[in-house]
Amino acid sequence: MELKETLLSSFIAFEEHIDVDASIHDIRNSAIKIFEEKGFPTKKEEAWKYTSLNAVLKKNYTVFPKYDSGIEFKDVKKYFLHEIDTYKVIFVDGKFSSFLSATTHDGLDVCTMSSALNKPKYKMVIDEYFHKIAKKDDSLTALNTAFAVEGAYINVPKSKVVEKPIEIIYFSTGAENALMVQPRNLIIVGENAHVQIIERHQSLNENTVLTNAVTEVFAQKRAIVDYYKIQNDLLSANLVDNTYIAQKQESRVAVHTFSFGGNITRNNLNFYHQGERIDSTLKGITIIGDKQLVDHYTLVHHAQPNCESHQNYKCIVAENATAVFNGKIFVEKEAQKTDAFQQSNNILLSDKATVNAKPQLEIFADDVKCSHGCTIGQLDETAMFYMQQRGIPKKEAKALLMYAFSNEVFESIKIPELKQRITKIIAQKLGVNLGFDL
Amino acid sequence: MLKIDNLHAAVEDKDILKGINLTIKAGEVHAIMGPNGSGKSTLSAVIAGNENYTVSEGSIVLDGEEINELAPEERAHKGVFLSFQYPVEIPGVSVTNFIKTAINETRKANGLEEMPANEMLKKIREKSELLEMDRKFLSRSLNEGFSGGEKKRNEIFQMAMLEPKLAILDETDSGLDIDALRIVANGVNKLRNENNAILVITHYQRLLDYIVPDFVHVLMDGKIVMSGGKELAYELEEKGYDWIKAELN
Repeated sequence: MELKETLLSSFIAFEEHIDVDASIHDIRNSAIKIFEEKGFPTKKEEAWKYTSLNAVLKKNYTVFPKYDSGIEFKDVKKYFLHEIDTYKVIFVDGKFSSFLSATTHDGLDVCTMSSALNKPKYKMVIDEYFHKIAKKDDSLTALNTAFAVEGAYINVPKSKVVEKPIEIIYFSTGAENALMVQPRNLIIVGENAHVQIIERHQSLNENTVLTNAVTEVFAQKRAIVDYYKIQNDLLSANLVDNTYIAQKQESRVAVHTFSFGGNITRNNLNFYHQGERIDSTLKGITIIGDKQLVDHYTLVHHAQPNCESHQNYKCIVAENATAVFNGKIFVEKEAQKTDAFQQSNNILLSDKATVNAKPQLEIFADDVKCSHGCTIGQLDETAMFYMQQRGIPKKEAKALLMYAFSNEVFESIKIPELKQRITKIIAQKLGVNLGFDL
Repeated sequence: MLKIDNLHAAVEDKDILKGINLTIKAGEVHAIMGPNGSGKSTLSAVIAGNENYTVSEGSIVLDGEEINELAPEERAHKGVFLSFQYPVEIPGVSVTNFIKTAINETRKANGLEEMPANEMLKKIREKSELLEMDRKFLSRSLNEGFSGGEKKRNEIFQMAMLEPKLAILDETDSGLDIDALRIVANGVNKLRNENNAILVITHYQRLLDYIVPDFVHVLMDGKIVMSGGKELAYELEEKGYDWIKAELN
């Protein structure tokens, strides 16, 4: 049976045994209808022109894995930011692992989506926010909505500055031959509150995984959200990440996406402005090789005056890999004095590597500052010669140049331990030991 | 120390060096002067191993070993240093980290352990003082936003750290004001000893007032057309390169 059919036919049985209130039930039912109608996206759609899920969808996926918490902390410690104290919401094969997690209800809620969906005390919040900013007619988002049972639920009350970063990690153990998971995160950050979040999806063995994740983030007035996505999964893992962010007046939200691993990674990152003087930052470092594909599909919807958005994506593409950057900036008529900036810089390291970069600016206001730039090049030969001349071998020189190229994005990581971790991942990926932390 | 014999080199099929002969002994300072486009910078790039140039004929021998075929970093490991006319900016990599990496890679290639951190720090302090460099300078990204003078000073600082056998200074005086020139030249002079050699490439005689050469060579159209002592530089300054052309005819 095709995956679409499998999902549709299992939906009825699934709906019957999950205990949720009527409003969620209605949301699920209309979502599955949208998925039934639209199906999985294909290359015929403009938004999926460069990325085909065909080969990935052919596997025989288990959509309701059995829970097996056979993993121990020591097996997965290296994936945590263990140098510092953090809140942790950890999932194994789609199920919450209380054993690996460190949640809280003390001063803020850091817990699971399943409890938020099922416990009456969260009903008001769920009614107000669940599936409110996610794009309803997007087929993969709809599919996630239909099956969403688990994920992270974070609610930071007004004026709360969360002192520890929150890690959300989805592990897949490989107990199933091929596993499909659909995590759903809901994050609400109150007025003047401040939070740092790190999200990661990680396979622990080489069985195929397909993750279709949806995250909704609501940043209230003057809230500050720093969101980091680490994508360094095995080559057997595929990820479609759908993130929707609604920002109120004077809030500042930054999403950094670090894409080094995975087979196919598609990042749909959407920002919606619902107030004035909002600041949105979208930055990414992508370093890929082999036959990897990373597709960044961004949207910043400027709907109010005096807001800013900054996009800066650095991609280094080697071997037969493909990187895509499609950045859409939409400026509504009311959004005067918008300052929207978009930059996509790419380096190709081989003749067979591909970069597709496509800026899309739709501007309906007449007093705005919008700019975009795109470069595709190679590593600077003069700089290579300079470093080699100082005794630094080619491989290390290349690595240093790649750091230099990505530096602008590195610099804005606000958690030093995370910065160090990313540096290490990159050094590992490039097979170098530079003997210092950048 | 360095023996260049009948060196021919080209870039994209354009012959630039057309038979260079040059012998430099340890302890000597040689200057190469010549008009624009005569091949001065090509000569320095070819000695350092820039892969954009192809050597079609002749040889470069360092301490009895032919180095024509070696990669730039291998030549660096054997003690060749080139101070760039236009040093490259490397954002995100500090001066300190860059020089540490350069030193330790060189040591590794020569079968030595990494330099202990305290020794490294001491050396960095010593050499940065020699070049009258501000401490803050060392934690800045390499050459990023440096003035012309700072870049050149940083080149000589790296030379001081790496202690090369053969240092080639390519137009080190260009873009320097008189104070920076004095500091840079003073640094170079303090690094001179009987075991190393320096090759100064310059368009003007000015730098040679500070770094006094034992020999001056005039390069024209890819060949050394005249050699002499330091007085040749003054003569050139006074009479211009046309004088040499006339002499040769």
